[in-house]
Amino acid sequence: MQKIPIIKIGENLIVSLQFDIDDSSAVGLQGDLLLMIQKTGATGVLVELSALDMVDSFMGRMLSDITRMSATMNANTVIVGIQPSVAITLVELGLRLEGVHTALNVEAGIALLEKLRTAKAGSGHETDSDK
Amino acid sequence: MRQIAINEVTIEREEHLLRARQAAREASSAMGFNLVDQTRLITAVSELTRNVYNYAGRGVVTLEKVEKNARSGLMVTVTDRGPGIADIELAMTDGYSTGGGLGNGLGGCQRLVDEFDIRSKAGEGTVVKIVKWQS
Repeated sequence: MQKIPIIKIGENLIVSLQFDIDDSSAVGLQGDLLLMIQKTGATGVLVELSALDMVDSFMGRMLSDITRMSATMNANTVIVGIQPSVAITLVELGLRLEGVHTALNVEAGIALLEKLRTAKAGSGHETDSDK
Repeated sequence: MRQIAINEVTIEREEHLLRARQAAREASSAMGFNLVDQTRLITAVSELTRNVYNYAGRGVVTLEKVEKNARSGLMVTVTDRGPGIADIELAMTDGYSTGGGLGNGLGGCQRLVDEFDIRSKAGEGTVVKIVKWQS
Protein backbone atom coordinates (compact mmCIF):
# COMPACT_ATOMS: atom_id res chain seq x y z
CA MET A 1 0.00 0.00 0.00
CA GLN A 2 1.27 3.41 -0.97
CA LYS A 3 0.66 6.60 0.97
CA ILE A 4 -0.56 9.39 -1.30
CA PRO A 5 0.50 12.87 -0.14
CA ILE A 6 -2.20 15.47 0.49
CA ILE A 7 -1.19 19.12 0.28
CA LYS A 8 -3.17 21.96 1.84
CA ILE A 9 -3.14 25.30 0.03
CA GLY A 10 -5.46 27.93 1.46
CA GLU A 11 -8.87 26.35 1.94
CA ASN A 12 -8.17 23.50 -0.46
CA LEU A 13 -6.65 20.06 -0.18
CA ILE A 14 -4.75 18.95 -3.25
CA VAL A 15 -4.00 15.39 -4.24
CA SER A 16 -2.07 14.47 -7.35
CA LEU A 17 -2.08 10.82 -8.38
CA GLN A 18 1.29 10.39 -10.06
CA PHE A 19 1.22 6.63 -10.58
CA ASP A 20 -1.14 3.69 -10.90
CA ILE A 21 -2.31 2.87 -7.36
CA ASP A 22 -3.75 -0.33 -5.94
CA ASP A 23 -7.22 -0.57 -4.44
CA SER A 24 -6.17 -0.37 -0.80
CA SER A 25 -4.09 2.75 -1.48
CA ALA A 26 -7.20 4.30 -3.04
CA VAL A 27 -9.29 3.39 -0.01
CA GLY A 28 -6.50 4.69 2.25
CA LEU A 29 -6.51 7.99 0.38
CA GLN A 30 -10.28 8.28 0.90
CA GLY A 31 -9.87 8.00 4.68
CA ASP A 32 -6.82 10.29 4.78
CA LEU A 33 -8.68 13.00 2.86
CA LEU A 34 -11.63 12.94 5.26
CA LEU A 35 -9.29 13.13 8.27
CA MET A 36 -7.50 16.08 6.66
CA ILE A 37 -10.84 17.83 6.04
CA GLN A 38 -11.71 17.35 9.70
CA LYS A 39 -8.27 18.50 10.90
CA THR A 40 -7.91 21.55 8.63
CA GLY A 41 -11.51 22.59 7.99
CA ALA A 42 -10.73 22.62 4.26
CA THR A 43 -13.78 23.34 2.11
CA GLY A 44 -12.35 22.18 -1.21
CA VAL A 45 -10.70 19.01 -2.47
CA LEU A 46 -8.90 18.85 -5.79
CA VAL A 47 -7.86 15.48 -7.21
CA GLU A 48 -5.44 15.68 -10.13
CA LEU A 49 -5.31 12.63 -12.44
CA SER A 50 -3.32 13.76 -15.48
CA ALA A 51 -0.62 11.13 -14.94
CA LEU A 52 -3.14 8.28 -14.92
CA ASP A 53 -3.61 6.29 -18.13
CA MET A 54 -6.53 4.35 -16.68
CA VAL A 55 -9.59 4.93 -14.53
CA ASP A 56 -11.54 1.69 -14.09
CA SER A 57 -14.88 1.11 -12.37
CA PHE A 58 -13.24 0.80 -8.95
CA MET A 59 -11.36 4.08 -9.31
CA GLY A 60 -14.52 5.67 -10.71
CA ARG A 61 -16.50 4.59 -7.68
CA MET A 62 -13.76 5.87 -5.41
CA LEU A 63 -13.87 9.30 -7.05
CA SER A 64 -17.64 9.59 -6.72
CA ASP A 65 -17.46 8.29 -3.12
CA ILE A 66 -14.81 10.89 -2.24
CA THR A 67 -17.09 13.56 -3.70
CA ARG A 68 -20.09 12.47 -1.64
CA MET A 69 -18.15 11.84 1.56
CA SER A 70 -16.40 15.22 1.36
CA ALA A 71 -19.75 16.89 0.70
CA THR A 72 -21.10 15.53 3.98
CA MET A 73 -18.14 17.27 5.63
CA ASN A 74 -18.85 20.57 3.87
CA ALA A 75 -16.14 20.24 1.24
CA ASN A 76 -16.58 20.33 -2.54
CA THR A 77 -14.51 18.03 -4.73
CA VAL A 78 -13.24 18.73 -8.22
CA ILE A 79 -11.49 16.11 -10.36
CA VAL A 80 -9.02 17.57 -12.84
CA GLY A 81 -6.68 16.44 -15.60
CA ILE A 82 -8.59 13.47 -17.00
CA GLN A 83 -6.79 12.36 -20.17
CA PRO A 84 -8.81 12.21 -23.43
CA SER A 85 -8.23 8.45 -23.73
CA VAL A 86 -9.44 8.00 -20.15
CA ALA A 87 -12.55 10.10 -20.84
CA ILE A 88 -13.39 7.93 -23.87
CA THR A 89 -12.87 4.71 -21.92
CA LEU A 90 -14.92 5.90 -18.94
CA VAL A 91 -17.92 6.57 -21.18
CA GLU A 92 -17.56 3.29 -23.09
CA LEU A 93 -17.29 1.45 -19.81
CA GLY A 94 -20.63 3.00 -18.90
CA LEU A 95 -19.36 4.77 -15.79
CA ARG A 96 -21.35 7.74 -14.63
CA LEU A 97 -19.36 9.94 -12.31
CA GLU A 98 -22.57 11.29 -10.86
CA GLY A 99 -22.31 14.45 -8.80
CA VAL A 100 -18.61 14.72 -9.60
CA HIS A 101 -17.33 18.15 -10.62
CA THR A 102 -14.55 18.15 -13.20
CA ALA A 103 -12.22 20.76 -14.64
CA LEU A 104 -9.58 20.64 -17.34
CA ASN A 105 -6.56 21.40 -15.17
CA VAL A 106 -5.49 22.44 -11.67
CA GLU A 107 -5.92 26.14 -12.34
CA ALA A 108 -9.48 25.74 -13.65
CA GLY A 109 -10.20 23.34 -10.78
CA ILE A 110 -9.14 25.86 -8.13
CA ALA A 111 -11.28 28.51 -9.83
CA LEU A 112 -14.27 26.12 -9.82
CA LEU A 113 -13.77 25.35 -6.12
CA GLU A 114 -13.74 29.09 -5.44
CA LYS A 115 -16.97 29.49 -7.42
CA LEU A 116 -18.64 26.60 -5.58
CA ARG A 117 -17.59 28.13 -2.25
CA THR A 118 -19.06 31.49 -3.19
CA ALA A 119 -22.28 29.89 -4.43
CA LYS A 120 -22.64 27.95 -1.19
CA ALA A 121 -22.00 31.06 0.93
CA GLY A 122 -24.61 32.93 -1.17
CA SER A 123 -27.26 30.22 -0.81
CA GLY A 124 -26.52 30.08 2.93
CA HIS A 125 -27.44 33.76 3.29
CA GLU A 126 -30.66 33.22 1.38
CA THR A 127 -31.65 30.38 3.69
CA ASP A 128 -30.98 32.59 6.70
CA SER A 129 -33.05 35.48 5.34
CA ASP A 130 -35.88 33.08 4.46
CA LYS A 131 -36.35 32.22 8.10
CA MET B 1 -4.83 -17.86 -36.20
CA ARG B 2 -1.22 -17.62 -35.06
CA GLN B 3 -0.61 -17.00 -31.37
CA ILE B 4 2.64 -15.76 -29.85
CA ALA B 5 3.00 -15.69 -26.06
CA ILE B 6 3.96 -12.30 -24.62
CA ASN B 7 3.48 -12.46 -20.89
CA GLU B 8 1.72 -14.24 -18.04
CA VAL B 9 0.71 -12.84 -14.67
CA THR B 10 -0.62 -14.82 -11.72
CA ILE B 11 -3.29 -13.06 -9.67
CA GLU B 12 -3.16 -13.98 -5.99
CA ARG B 13 -2.80 -10.69 -4.16
CA GLU B 14 -4.22 -7.23 -4.68
CA GLU B 15 -0.94 -5.77 -5.96
CA HIS B 16 -0.98 -8.36 -8.75
CA LEU B 17 -3.75 -6.29 -10.35
CA LEU B 18 -1.15 -3.55 -10.79
CA ARG B 19 1.20 -6.10 -12.33
CA ALA B 20 -1.49 -7.28 -14.77
CA ARG B 21 -2.26 -3.69 -15.78
CA GLN B 22 1.46 -3.04 -16.25
CA ALA B 23 1.74 -6.16 -18.45
CA ALA B 24 -1.19 -4.92 -20.57
CA ARG B 25 0.38 -1.46 -20.74
CA GLU B 26 3.74 -2.84 -21.90
CA ALA B 27 2.30 -5.32 -24.41
CA SER B 28 -0.13 -2.85 -26.01
CA SER B 29 2.50 -0.14 -26.19
CA ALA B 30 5.14 -2.50 -27.65
CA MET B 31 2.64 -3.62 -30.29
CA GLY B 32 2.06 -0.02 -31.29
CA PHE B 33 -1.60 0.34 -30.29
CA ASN B 34 -2.79 3.95 -30.22
CA LEU B 35 -3.20 5.62 -26.85
CA VAL B 36 -6.99 5.16 -26.68
CA ASP B 37 -6.72 1.44 -27.48
CA GLN B 38 -3.93 1.08 -24.92
CA THR B 39 -6.18 2.66 -22.30
CA ARG B 40 -9.10 0.41 -23.34
CA LEU B 41 -6.90 -2.69 -22.98
CA ILE B 42 -5.41 -1.68 -19.63
CA THR B 43 -8.89 -0.85 -18.31
CA ALA B 44 -10.39 -4.12 -19.58
CA VAL B 45 -7.58 -6.12 -17.95
CA SER B 46 -8.12 -4.21 -14.73
CA GLU B 47 -11.84 -5.01 -14.68
CA LEU B 48 -11.31 -8.71 -15.46
CA THR B 49 -8.49 -9.23 -12.98
CA ARG B 50 -10.41 -7.47 -10.21
CA ASN B 51 -13.30 -9.88 -10.83
CA VAL B 52 -10.87 -12.79 -10.48
CA TYR B 53 -9.38 -11.39 -7.29
CA ASN B 54 -12.76 -10.52 -5.73
CA TYR B 55 -14.72 -13.63 -6.68
CA ALA B 56 -12.20 -16.44 -7.25
CA GLY B 57 -9.28 -15.32 -5.09
CA ARG B 58 -6.72 -16.38 -7.64
CA GLY B 59 -6.28 -16.81 -11.36
CA VAL B 60 -3.96 -16.36 -14.32
CA VAL B 61 -3.76 -13.72 -17.04
CA THR B 62 -2.00 -14.53 -20.30
CA LEU B 63 -1.20 -12.01 -23.00
CA GLU B 64 -0.63 -13.18 -26.55
CA LYS B 65 -0.07 -11.53 -29.87
CA VAL B 66 -2.48 -12.98 -32.40
CA GLU B 67 -2.32 -12.82 -36.18
CA LYS B 68 -5.19 -13.51 -38.52
CA ASN B 69 -5.81 -12.45 -42.13
CA ALA B 70 -2.78 -10.14 -42.11
CA ARG B 71 -4.06 -8.35 -39.01
CA SER B 72 -2.48 -8.50 -35.62
CA GLY B 73 -4.09 -8.07 -32.26
CA LEU B 74 -3.60 -8.56 -28.56
CA MET B 75 -5.46 -11.43 -26.93
CA VAL B 76 -5.83 -11.53 -23.17
CA THR B 77 -7.09 -14.68 -21.47
CA VAL B 78 -8.15 -14.51 -17.84
CA THR B 79 -8.70 -17.87 -16.19
CA ASP B 80 -9.81 -18.80 -12.70
CA ARG B 81 -11.06 -21.86 -10.88
CA GLY B 82 -13.42 -19.87 -8.70
CA PRO B 83 -17.13 -20.33 -8.05
CA GLY B 84 -18.06 -19.61 -11.67
CA ILE B 85 -20.93 -17.47 -12.88
CA ALA B 86 -24.39 -19.04 -12.69
CA ASP B 87 -26.12 -16.62 -15.04
CA ILE B 88 -23.68 -15.05 -17.51
CA GLU B 89 -26.33 -12.97 -19.26
CA LEU B 90 -27.33 -11.40 -15.95
CA ALA B 91 -23.69 -10.84 -14.96
CA MET B 92 -23.09 -8.98 -18.22
CA THR B 93 -25.93 -6.54 -17.52
CA ASP B 94 -24.86 -3.02 -16.60
CA GLY B 95 -25.69 -2.24 -13.02
CA TYR B 96 -25.74 -5.87 -11.92
CA SER B 97 -23.22 -6.67 -9.20
CA THR B 98 -22.88 -9.18 -6.40
CA GLY B 99 -19.53 -7.76 -5.34
CA GLY B 100 -20.36 -4.23 -4.22
CA GLY B 101 -18.98 -2.60 -7.36
CA LEU B 102 -20.83 -0.40 -9.80
CA GLY B 103 -21.69 -3.46 -11.88
CA ASN B 104 -20.14 -2.06 -15.07
CA GLY B 105 -17.25 -4.54 -15.08
CA LEU B 106 -18.15 -7.31 -17.53
CA GLY B 107 -20.59 -5.52 -19.80
CA GLY B 108 -18.37 -2.44 -19.87
CA CYS B 109 -15.31 -4.54 -20.58
CA GLN B 110 -17.01 -6.05 -23.62
CA ARG B 111 -17.54 -2.58 -25.09
CA LEU B 112 -13.81 -1.80 -24.80
CA VAL B 113 -12.60 -4.67 -26.99
CA ASP B 114 -13.33 -6.18 -30.42
CA GLU B 115 -13.92 -9.75 -29.32
CA PHE B 116 -15.19 -10.95 -25.98
CA ASP B 117 -15.80 -14.55 -25.06
CA ILE B 118 -16.80 -15.77 -21.63
CA ARG B 119 -17.18 -19.38 -20.54
CA SER B 120 -18.14 -20.30 -17.06
CA LYS B 121 -19.45 -23.26 -15.16
CA ALA B 122 -20.82 -22.99 -11.63
CA GLY B 123 -18.32 -24.58 -9.26
CA GLU B 124 -15.57 -24.92 -11.86
CA GLY B 125 -14.43 -21.45 -12.79
CA THR B 126 -14.47 -18.85 -15.52
CA VAL B 127 -12.43 -18.16 -18.64
CA VAL B 128 -12.69 -14.77 -20.33
CA LYS B 129 -10.92 -14.14 -23.63
CA ILE B 130 -10.71 -10.68 -25.14
CA VAL B 131 -9.08 -9.54 -28.38
CA LYS B 132 -8.30 -6.05 -29.57
CA TRP B 133 -7.27 -5.82 -33.21
CA GLN B 134 -4.91 -3.17 -34.45
CA SER B 135 -6.68 -0.59 -36.56
